[in-house]
Amino acid sequence: MRFEKKNILDIHSLSQDQISMILDTAFGMKEVSERPVKKVPTLRGKTIVLFFQEPSTRTKLSFELAAKRLSADTVSIAKSSSSIVKGETLIDTAKNLEAMKPDVIVMRHSSSGAAFQVSQRVNCSVINAGDGTHAHPSQALLDMMSIKEKKGCLKGLNISIVGDISHSRVARSDIVGLSKMGANVRVCAPETMIPMGIENMGCTVAKNMESCVKDADVIMMLRIQKERQGNMLFPSEREYASLYGLNKKRIALASPDVMVMHPGPMNRGVEISSDIADSDCSMILDQVTNGVALRMALFYLLAGGSRHADTD
Amino acid sequence: MQILIKGARVVDPGNLDESKDILIKDGFFEQILTPDSHAIEPDTQVIDAKGLIAVPGLIDVHVHLREPGQEYKETVASGLCAAAAGGFTAVCSMPNTQPVNDNGQVTTFIISQGKRAKSAKVYPAGAISQGSCGTNLAQIFDMKQAGIRAVTDDGLPVKNAQLMRRALEYCKSMDLPVLVHAEDKDLVNGGAMNEGLPATILGIKGIPNAAESIMVCRDIALAELTGSRVHFCHMSTQESIEAIRQAKKRGVNVTCETAPHYFTLTDQDIPPYDTHYKMNPPLRSEKDRQAIIEGLKDGTIDMIATDHAPHNADEKDVEFDRAAFGIIGLETALPLSLKLVLDGHLSLNTLVKKMAKAPAQLMGLSNDITPGNAADLTLIDLDSDLIINPDTFISKSRNTPFAGLKVRGQAVMTLVDGRIVHSKI
Repeated sequence: MRFEKKNILDIHSLSQDQISMILDTAFGMKEVSERPVKKVPTLRGKTIVLFFQEPSTRTKLSFELAAKRLSADTVSIAKSSSSIVKGETLIDTAKNLEAMKPDVIVMRHSSSGAAFQVSQRVNCSVINAGDGTHAHPSQALLDMMSIKEKKGCLKGLNISIVGDISHSRVARSDIVGLSKMGANVRVCAPETMIPMGIENMGCTVAKNMESCVKDADVIMMLRIQKERQGNMLFPSEREYASLYGLNKKRIALASPDVMVMHPGPMNRGVEISSDIADSDCSMILDQVTNGVALRMALFYLLAGGSRHADTD
Repeated sequence: MQILIKGARVVDPGNLDESKDILIKDGFFEQILTPDSHAIEPDTQVIDAKGLIAVPGLIDVHVHLREPGQEYKETVASGLCAAAAGGFTAVCSMPNTQPVNDNGQVTTFIISQGKRAKSAKVYPAGAISQGSCGTNLAQIFDMKQAGIRAVTDDGLPVKNAQLMRRALEYCKSMDLPVLVHAEDKDLVNGGAMNEGLPATILGIKGIPNAAESIMVCRDIALAELTGSRVHFCHMSTQESIEAIRQAKKRGVNVTCETAPHYFTLTDQDIPPYDTHYKMNPPLRSEKDRQAIIEGLKDGTIDMIATDHAPHNADEKDVEFDRAAFGIIGLETALPLSLKLVLDGHLSLNTLVKKMAKAPAQLMGLSNDITPGNAADLTLIDLDSDLIINPDTFISKSRNTPFAGLKVRGQAVMTLVDGRIVHSKI
């Protein structure tokens, strides 16, 4: 089967088959990272631009390592060093980037839709590495990969997502992707963090933390964005932790082989207690490892892979 | 030189609805005649208007002409010519220019630019507060002397209820209507489209209906307290319409307008991140759209205005949350509104009330088609099909979500003071 997509902008526009193909490819790529020489020539001569207009450590590094392990050339642009600080518009910056003939632009931006808007103006592939509160497809795909790796499948699993759903692009992409693959997704947060209509995106909204984590096969905790606290979302971290923090007592309600995930960075002691974050059921670092493999898969499918078999 | 408009069906609500010949002389309506019952004097320009509808000049009570200050978006002249092309003979211009129209000099400037345009007429609205900053009253009497027909801080709400109360009381003595931009900025909180499922899916911060209706309810209370005339601009929500409906039943002196986009589109119609659909208030839900149509039908909504808000392409061709709010409307309003007639929601008579008579009343004007009145007239062809093409717009800006839309019916001739300022005949 050929992978027909030019861009990875959100999970919504990927079919079940396409998601399965990406995950299968990623499992194959994972082996590369475990070799003593972690490099294959697959994307030799290809250029990947990492266009990050918002702070990011792990996502940017993950994409960069993924590209390098496939032998692509990478260049990266951060907000402080881009012409956007001189007043250039996003579209003009994107057109300039394209004029230098990259094969893929990986984009992170604080505005929802920015990657979509750029993808409409350039001929190369665009991967959305997070746009505003809209989507973070590679994170959702690596989450699916991590769950599938541990549980064998996604279908029929009870997956609970807890935290600031309103401001989380990870949550939106996970809800869409996991429900598309047949999982039962529940979300939980104070009402101030539940966006209107979210139940129509493929999840149910649990009344409280206890009912949300009950019988869960996977619990995904989201970061409390401390910078948003001034936004009247909850009165104090202490109160949030007592109502929505994941601790031993609550995790006991979940399935015995529950796995715990977190897209990072964590606020230890707020949304997740340290003993759980560091326990055997925590998949948090596996997610990071899988992230590189998954992003290698995306690069392979978009820039090499079946569309350019001669470069293999 | 005389103009004879021959054989049009004249629809002038409360005055006429029959086939007539209209004789115009020296800028005024001279005679309204029974067709073919009279001789045609030499030196008369005869316009064959058989099959066309003649209505009192349409008036748009809500446009942004951008001059002074942002002439690259629109000028008084380009805006008034666009108005004429859309069938409007007069517009009320909002005061959020740069500088703000909060004093007699700016008012005088706008009026003089309007006269030089020799097209549709402009009736400026002045600011309620100095600089529209919401702190102190603007020089309303000076502006009234210079020619304003209303006051408003449009574009911004008057946050301070005490200032709003004083503005209402002050304007009552001058018989000036106060136009309300109903918006609670704290509830808007940086939102860029309607709060609801489409915004959640797109990850765009939402603006709840209550951001509008909470201020509508406050200003209804202030209208009741003061007995002053309050007019609510660009109504978009079911809750606002219901509040106004109830207030009118109690006899409160309120009127309101909506814009064609609020009865034509909903937030479900927004293509992903298409900034041509970004406006304030935002496109609402289907339930709200239906409530707007119902409000137009039962008379709760008195008039249709455009909120013509020209923006340069550069201000729209950016990230959705960073794009300017607003769309243009002067050259699309009539066809979009005529669809209400074609769909059976409104009679033509009622539509003319909402686009010509009620706006005139709000501005303190008479646009009846009757001898002695200035000959401001719009000729409409109900049967002409067209596809909206922004490339043909006279406005300096192109920010419309209606490009490519098939519509039926348009203004084919506009006369202002007896002069033909737009013609497709």
